[in-house]
Amino acid sequence: MIYFWVLTIVICAVMLGSAIMALYHKSLAVTVIAAGLVSLLASILYLILAAPDVAMTEAAIGSGLSTVMFFYVLRRMRGGENG
Amino acid sequence: MGILHIIGGAVSILGALFLLLASIGLIRMPDVYNRMQTGTKATTFGTIMFLGGIGIATPSMATKLIILVLFIVLTNPVSSHVLARAAHFAGVPLADRSVTDKLAEHRAKEGVQ
Amino acid sequence: MGDLLFLIAGSIAILAGLLGLIRFVVGPTLPDRVVAFDVLTIITISVISLIAHVAGRIIYLDAAIVYGLLSFLGVIVVARYLERGL
Repeated sequence: MIYFWVLTIVICAVMLGSAIMALYHKSLAVTVIAAGLVSLLASILYLILAAPDVAMTEAAIGSGLSTVMFFYVLRRMRGGENG
Repeated sequence: MGILHIIGGAVSILGALFLLLASIGLIRMPDVYNRMQTGTKATTFGTIMFLGGIGIATPSMATKLIILVLFIVLTNPVSSHVLARAAHFAGVPLADRSVTDKLAEHRAKEGVQ
Repeated sequence: MGDLLFLIAGSIAILAGLLGLIRFVVGPTLPDRVVAFDVLTIITISVISLIAHVAGRIIYLDAAIVYGLLSFLGVIVVARYLERGL
């Protein structure tokens, strides 16, 4: 179906831009949220590819647990956010 | 296919227009707090109408959609409130044209921060 | 006819997501980006429900329910991080 092809191309382009933002942004907290956005869009991509269990795992681990752990570590770091 | 599909599609288009309105407000508002108000209220209503339209079109999905709407209605305003309080605590400034700040007055009177 | 209306609604929702992405990129402070992320999560829930309707499979809605719970968790974590309490 041509609609889902266009949706897949748009999602892949946005994922690429968000991943570049996660690599090169200055603030570390923004980087963590951009990585969460990559995982959010990857979940829609898995759902279009007809794998709902993989999409559920990506939602729980990539967008939920890894964000919590990254912010926990970011608060515990010795030099603050920039160290 | 039937009359239910057409009614559900019309309701879903109305909800999607509310989502678009929320995004336009997210761009045009001058301040974190105004953006938060726009991005939460309009989004909650738009999602309710969008999922309601899908529930009208396919009634076999209706129970899970009701659970989903219940989650969104319960959690979305609470998260907005918590984030607004945290932003005020972190010292994000208000816009130039805002006229009052009761939370800062309260904190100055109580001696907290 | 009926499915065409749903595809138009999905196109409007995806356009709203692209507009919210502008605020995610240019937002000056961290709470701006978190608000934009919250809006993107809600739009994602809508798009997942639309895909479940078009594909005709109820099991796809479970991913949307997981997102409905976890967007709350992410915003709470960022708020606790900003209040220096986590």
